[in-house]
Amino acid sequence: MMSDFSFQRAKTPKEAVILLGLHKDNKVIGGGTNLLDMMKEGMTDSHEIIDINRMGLNKIIRNEDGGFLIGASVTNTDLAYHKEIEKHYPLLSKAILKGASPQIRNMATTAGNMLQRTRCYYFYDTATPCNKRNPGSGCPAKTGVNHIHAILGASESCIAVHPSDMCVALAALDAKVHIQGAKAEKIIPFVAFHKLPGNTPHLDNILAHDEIITGVELPANGFAKHHAYVKARERNSYAFALASAAVGYELNDNLLGDVRIALGGVAHKPWRNTEAEIFLKGKLPTKDNFRKAAEIILEGARGYGQNDFKIELAKRVVVRALEMAINNEVQL
Amino acid sequence: MNLSEKPTHSLILKINGTDTILKIKPWTSLLDGLREYAGLSGTKKGCDHGQCGACTVLVDGKRINSCLTLAVMHDGHEITTIEGLGTLENLHPLQAAFVEHDAFQCGYCTPGQICSAVGLMNEGKVKTEDDLREMMSGNLCRCGAYSNIFDAVKEVINHKTGVLL
Repeated sequence: MMSDFSFQRAKTPKEAVILLGLHKDNKVIGGGTNLLDMMKEGMTDSHEIIDINRMGLNKIIRNEDGGFLIGASVTNTDLAYHKEIEKHYPLLSKAILKGASPQIRNMATTAGNMLQRTRCYYFYDTATPCNKRNPGSGCPAKTGVNHIHAILGASESCIAVHPSDMCVALAALDAKVHIQGAKAEKIIPFVAFHKLPGNTPHLDNILAHDEIITGVELPANGFAKHHAYVKARERNSYAFALASAAVGYELNDNLLGDVRIALGGVAHKPWRNTEAEIFLKGKLPTKDNFRKAAEIILEGARGYGQNDFKIELAKRVVVRALEMAINNEVQL
Repeated sequence: MNLSEKPTHSLILKINGTDTILKIKPWTSLLDGLREYAGLSGTKKGCDHGQCGACTVLVDGKRINSCLTLAVMHDGHEITTIEGLGTLENLHPLQAAFVEHDAFQCGYCTPGQICSAVGLMNEGKVKTEDDLREMMSGNLCRCGAYSNIFDAVKEVINHKTGVLL
């Protein structure tokens, strides 16, 4: 049973943030695929739902610098199959198509994908404590069913992971997030958008209540020549990642140039480790070097029992992705 | 708060080619709007959480899970349900293929499977058998008729495109 709420459509981003600011339980809706799910579980109260799908943010625009601006309302399907995105940012297309189902991708939006909540079982089960849903109530996952949970960057309060595939590619690509606030617009690095749980796991990201995402900006370099997205999961379709890796690099005279590695399914946010990326720069693209980079990324990783296997799995996913990127192999 | 205090919305959906006025509360899902207000019970409620695909319908030609969207968000949109795809005398090719291949047992997932397959064909992205399996993965069949569903959809794709998967 969904909570009762009123509904209206915002015409502009400015109007949307004003409407949001009128009540603490006002929410915007994009595709609704996660929000309605949570409403039906009785996890979230809504006073008014503000539809932001008819504000003209459903376009993909080429910027003067050769990059692209993806509107917040562009669906995952439209983004993944956009001709220019497929050509210049195949890593992004491939990551999106590894997520969810065709029906969900037809509904889910770019901003909504970023704002989706974790799929931690305890978060959705209102009969159990959860610091993310009910701050201060505890985290049963730490000693419970935790084979899907975080191995990097977790805290005593929360070991949930961010579930997105798309965001892993956006982190690797050094995208930027365009945000409309009550007073002004701002642009922040994608990697600074999501946050680690710390002692405030109820906050997934830095977006204030009266702010909305208006778009995501892609820099010109999409690493189309050498990239790969590898996703390990419990069934081969329509399942969240146990561990995934989005990688892209430049290869000149068989030496690695600029390298990007982002991991999904292992932390509260898409996981970047620039130390490993710098380690690979100037080196040969060998399995040995890739394994060393993976060791750097997973250094300090911690399992919680059932998810101990993820530490080795994540390393192998990173190595596999880096190897596949040499010839742009595609994971089936 | 009394539920009735929240305003009722009046919207027009073009359902299976006919403009249909629905007077609904904002929390009515498109699925409930179709089944309970438009009287079209062909679309099925399975999990009601977007996991099973039984509620799949086409909105402006694109397949979606009607359980995970609000009806009020679709004012002015064209909705196609299983009732809009064929008639008893003149089945849609996918309906005929599902009969031919015995692509069901209990039949509860079938409207969603067929609407999903129509959407899949509109998209035109399936080039291989593996693609077909992947792109139908949003529809579960508790009876396990997958191999026959696969055969039915494959036959229609092959017949329409002339390209053998």
